[in-house]
Amino acid sequence: MDRIYLDHSATTPVSKEVIEVMMPCFTEVFGNGSSQHFHGREASKLVDIARKQVADAIGAKVSEIYFTSGGTESDNWVVRGVAEAYKTKGNHIITSMIEHPALLKTIEELTRSHGIEVTMLPISKEGFVCIDELKKAIRPTTILITVMAANNEIGTYQDIETIGKIAHDNKILFHTDAVQAVCSMPLDVVAQNIDFLSLSAHKFYGPKGVGVLYRKNGIKLGKHITGGEQERSMRAGTHNTAGIVGLGKAIEIAVRDRDKNNKYLSELRDYFVSEIHSKIENVYFNGTKSDKRMPSVANFSFEFIEGESILLRLDLVGISVSSGSACSSGSLEPSHSLLATGLPIELAHGSLRFSFGLSNTKKQVDYVVKSLVEITDNLRELSPLFARKEGGTFNV
Amino acid sequence: MYNEKVMQEFAAPKNVGFIEDADGVGKVGNASCGDIMEISMKIDDSGIITDAKFRTFGCAAAIATSSVATQMIIGKHIDSALNITNSDVVETLEGLPPQKIHCSVLAEEAIKDAIADYKAKKSL
Ligand SMILES: Cc1ncc(COP(=O)(O)O)c(C=O)c1O
Ligand code: FES
Repeated sequence: MDRIYLDHSATTPVSKEVIEVMMPCFTEVFGNGSSQHFHGREASKLVDIARKQVADAIGAKVSEIYFTSGGTESDNWVVRGVAEAYKTKGNHIITSMIEHPALLKTIEELTRSHGIEVTMLPISKEGFVCIDELKKAIRPTTILITVMAANNEIGTYQDIETIGKIAHDNKILFHTDAVQAVCSMPLDVVAQNIDFLSLSAHKFYGPKGVGVLYRKNGIKLGKHITGGEQERSMRAGTHNTAGIVGLGKAIEIAVRDRDKNNKYLSELRDYFVSEIHSKIENVYFNGTKSDKRMPSVANFSFEFIEGESILLRLDLVGISVSSGSACSSGSLEPSHSLLATGLPIELAHGSLRFSFGLSNTKKQVDYVVKSLVEITDNLRELSPLFARKEGGTFNV
Repeated sequence: MYNEKVMQEFAAPKNVGFIEDADGVGKVGNASCGDIMEISMKIDDSGIITDAKFRTFGCAAAIATSSVATQMIIGKHIDSALNITNSDVVETLEGLPPQKIHCSVLAEEAIKDAIADYKAKKSL
C-alpha cells in the first residue's frame, strides 16, 4: 500500500536538492565553524552562505539572522528576551488566541514567574485577529505584540503589515511567528514592519531541529543561551552546520518556487474541498475561503463523529492526517484555535486538518475522498448523535 | 499508541446499532471529553441478557470498549453483568494508554445505566 501523506503542516520531507547540499557537512566539511584553521573556515563559510540565503528570503540583513533549534526555541527566545530586556519599560504583552503553544505556554509561564500581563486578542469566525481589539488593548506598559503570520490549524493569514504598523505607531515591538507562512506568503521584514520573526526549516522541506530568529538591528533582546561566541554571543553552541546549510537551501527554494507551488497546491486543495462538499453531508469548512490563507490547508468538521476515530480509520487505509479533537490531544481539550473561532465543541471534536504538499496528486485526492465517504458513513452508523438527527427512536 | 487488540475492535466493532424493542437502554456521557455511549439490551424473563447493541460518539478507545463490553455481557445474567468493571473491559482489550482509561469507564456506566433502566421498567 502506497501511503498518502496529508500532514505537511506538521512537517515536510526534506527535498532532494536540500539533502544534496547537506551531505558534505557530515563528512568533508565537518569542521567546527568557530575554529580558525582550514576545516573551521570551510564550515563557517557555509553557515555564512545560509545566513545570506535566509536574509534574502525575508528582506533582512545577514547581521539580523540568528540560527536556533527551531520554531519553538525562536518563539521562546523572543518572549523571554523581550520581557527581560524591556522590563523597565513595561510588562504587558499582546498576543492572539490562536498562537502556537510555543508562544502561549511561554507567555503563560512568564505571567507567573515574571509578573508579565497578557491580553489575548479574540478571533473572528473566519480566523482573523480583530484589529480594533488590538488598538484597544494597547497600554503604556505594552512591550510586545506577537501575532502569527499564518495559523497552523486553519491556515488563515493575519494582516501582519497593519498589525506591525499599529505596533510601531505606538512604539511597541512586533514579533510574528512565520513558521507556517514562509512557504506561501511573501515576507519582507521592512515593508511588513516586523522586528522579530520565527522560522523552522522542517516546515519548508528542510531538516528538523533547526530554525531562525530574525531580530531587527538596534533592538534590545536578552541573551538566550550563554557559552561560546556563536551567533554574536546571543545563542551559544556549536553550529548545526548540516542543518543550517539545509535550512538556507530550503528557504531559497521555497522563495524561488513559491508562485508555482502556490498555484499547484491551491488547485489541489480547491478540488479536494469541492469534492468533500459534494460527496459528504454535514461537513463544515473551518477558516476562511478568501485568498487570505495558506494554499495547502483544508480544515473540516465532520458532524456527529469524532476526529480521532476518523484519523485512525484513515490511517488504517493508508492516509495520514491530523485532528483537533479533544480525544486525540493528550490534554483532552479540543483545539484552542478552532474554539477561538467560535466553533462549537462538538464540531471542534470532529475536526480534521488536511495539509497538502508538493508530492500529493489529484489521484491521491480521489482516493482520500472515496475513503472519507466510506469512513464517515460507517462511523455515523456507529454514532448515537447521528441516529438522533435522522429521527431515531431514542431520545436523550 | 493503541495495541493490536484495540485496533482490531476499533476497525471492526461488533454489535453496532440500536435494538428498537430493547428492554433496557443506557446512555452516558463523558464529562472529560464530551463523548457519548449508548447500549441497548434484550433481557429475558430469567434476567439473562440475550442481545446487546451499542452506538458511540468518541475516540477509538471508546468504540473498542463499547464493542468488547457488549460481547462480554451477552449471555450473562444481569447480576453478573453489573459486576463488570472498567478494569475488566481494559483487561479484555489487553490494556489502554493511561490517558484513555476514562473511556472505558463509559462502558461500565452504560451497562449499569441500561440495567437500571430495565429494572425501573419492570419495577424490580
Ligand atoms: C506556528 C508554529 N509555530 C511554532 C512551531 C514549532 O516549530 P518547531 O517544531 O520547529 O519547534 C510550529 C510547528 O509545529 C508551528 O506550526
Ligand atoms: S472518548 Fe474521548 S478520549 Fe476516549
